[in-house]
Amino acid sequence: MSDVKAPVPRVRVPANAKAGELIEIKTLISHVMESGQRRDSGGNVIPRHILNKFTAAFNGKTVFEAEWHPAISANPYQSFFYKAKESGEFVFKWTDDKGAVFEAKSKLTVA
Amino acid sequence: MSLATNSRREFLKTGSLAMLAAVLAPHMVMAEEADVKAAIEKLYAGKSMASGKIKLDLPQIAENGLVVPVGIEIESPMTDGDYVKAVHIFADGNPLPGVISYKFTPDCGKASASARMRLARTQNIVAVAEMSNGSLFTAKQEVKVTIGGCGG
Repeated sequence: MSDVKAPVPRVRVPANAKAGELIEIKTLISHVMESGQRRDSGGNVIPRHILNKFTAAFNGKTVFEAEWHPAISANPYQSFFYKAKESGEFVFKWTDDKGAVFEAKSKLTVA
Repeated sequence: MSLATNSRREFLKTGSLAMLAAVLAPHMVMAEEADVKAAIEKLYAGKSMASGKIKLDLPQIAENGLVVPVGIEIESPMTDGDYVKAVHIFADGNPLPGVISYKFTPDCGKASASARMRLARTQNIVAVAEMSNGSLFTAKQEVKVTIGGCGG
């Protein structure tokens, strides 16, 4: 079963930016995103199990949040923008229906 | 003889109709326009919405309903005093109306985000954007789906 495997997050953030520069952050995480709408071969509903929340924080401050519904595709992709101000660290978090949190971090140096 | 043929014809006719109905009948309950309206009403009861400011980035035709790119950009200076607070995206032909909700902050610099969604069939995508001053904007766009991402 693919959902036995722990989700693997992948994040693309530029390592360097100028102050005031708009950067695009692209994230991807492996997850089956079981919608709760499908049935198995025996006709039983396969229970919903999705990542329902994505958050991005920079130096401890939340800058962007996404709430995902079962309509989000498997291995969810999320991109958004951030206006670079100072050097620091991004912390990205994905939360699933069971409350498990998966995390990725990346550093940004602002010249 | 003719009676037998008739009843056989009848039998075939009703039989094939029943089969056609079985094929056409949706195998799950789909959301409707009313469900999207109800979901929006739940969030912003009775508030008026203007058109404009929202740019939806959607394919006109999605060949694979399992993975449909959904991008959105809202016109805003994204300053502390004037920014996009929240964006909600709905689909009116999926089993459930909700697709995604975003919370932006002025730190984003630009109110734009992209994701990928499942669409069960051809339907409308409806977006609502809430600005920091409480004003609301809405936009709607149809996506034609060749193979539905129902996964039933």
